[in-house]
Amino acid sequence: MGTRITSLSNNFDSTGKLKAAGINNASLSGITALPSGVAGKMTLLSTQTASGDATINFTSSIDSTYDIYCFRYISIHPSGDGRNFEFNASTDGGSNYNVTKTSTSFIAYHNEADSATLLGYEIDGDEAQGTGYVHLAYNVGGDNDQTCSGEMWLYNPSSTTYVKHWINVSDSYQFNDYQSNTFTGGYLNTTSAVNAISFQFSSNNIDAGTIKLYGVSTS
Amino acid sequence: MGQATRNIANSFTTSGVITSSAVNNTTISGITDLTLGGSLILLSEATASASSSISFTSGIDSTYDEYWFVLNNLHPANNDVTFQFNGSIDSGSNYNVTKTTTFFQAYHLENDGGTGLSYITGSDLAQSTSSQPIMRNINNTDADMSGSGIIKLYNPSSTTYVKHFVGMTNYYHIGGATAVGYFAGYFNTTSAINGIQFTANSGNIDDGTIQMFGVK
Repeated sequence: MGTRITSLSNNFDSTGKLKAAGINNASLSGITALPSGVAGKMTLLSTQTASGDATINFTSSIDSTYDIYCFRYISIHPSGDGRNFEFNASTDGGSNYNVTKTSTSFIAYHNEADSATLLGYEIDGDEAQGTGYVHLAYNVGGDNDQTCSGEMWLYNPSSTTYVKHWINVSDSYQFNDYQSNTFTGGYLNTTSAVNAISFQFSSNNIDAGTIKLYGVSTS
Repeated sequence: MGQATRNIANSFTTSGVITSSAVNNTTISGITDLTLGGSLILLSEATASASSSISFTSGIDSTYDEYWFVLNNLHPANNDVTFQFNGSIDSGSNYNVTKTTTFFQAYHLENDGGTGLSYITGSDLAQSTSSQPIMRNINNTDADMSGSGIIKLYNPSSTTYVKHFVGMTNYYHIGGATAVGYFAGYFNTTSAINGIQFTANSGNIDDGTIQMFGVK
């Protein structure tokens, strides 16, 4: 046999089956789709890393491909002190972030000095048909080690029939050395498709951190 | 054709496409990455069997920026037990990382005789190195009583920031109730967290599984 045939032969076992080592592309990048039941149900669509950004916007991939979208924000650090991390939505691809929303917010906090705890509704963090950015994490500190992390789930953003529900859970290391666990949720009160999401701090920049967008398939 | 060549030829269709039975490793272990694969990667699984602790001392590193611990039917050996967890910065030699945390609980009695939602000061920590409660006062008088839930740990390998975690569990409370616990906090260290340990505040973890996932 020629060299090529010999090499080819070495990639098959004695019964003629292809060996695992006979595949020379460990990531199999040529595969563009997997059958249902093999592919994962949660797919990473986009990752953005902050570096002194006023906003981090996701203006693509939010469509009817997935039923649910999840934003994971990890080690988000403000350039100022005591800033609220917040989001807004767009129905025009990111030209305007001003979708009407009604939401709730409640919080548990505990300070490092062990002198204060709370579980309560956060009236300053809810919205009643407002169009502004809504809080996801409160009073994040600007010390070098202070951040917030959490996740926000957005349901069926491409619906043109229903409002779009969202829920959020986060943990924050606050500027006053309080730890806070925030729960917010609500609906984007529009029957237009939501196709972009924006994140920011209430003032100052997002100094550092990562936000990942996932699509979640339910079928 | 020789036999080897004949065998290879039989692994292809008449049009030259590899047949589905021609790959002798159904998991194709040579593939180490798949762009289209799921974002939730099972890294490790431990099954309790009268275990004094369940520890994860490998796989927690910078590979992933988020780790999930899925707790499934943890059953205590003793009655009225609180399950708890702690972190390590020395790969499991010590589980004593400083934490500040919150814990609140909702419950509902099986006899419909009471409900509640309240902050639990006895299950929070303020700059403490003790273990963080994740399920409180679990009943073990029946074999089916247990607790399950999930803990999400963010960016454990950071050497710049504290490490946040959030968790939610549901458990069979000794008061004859279902109880759901919400807890969160941060490991107040800029050292990398590279070990996580689960224990009971008394006795062993009699049964149950804990899975650790990395989130891509």
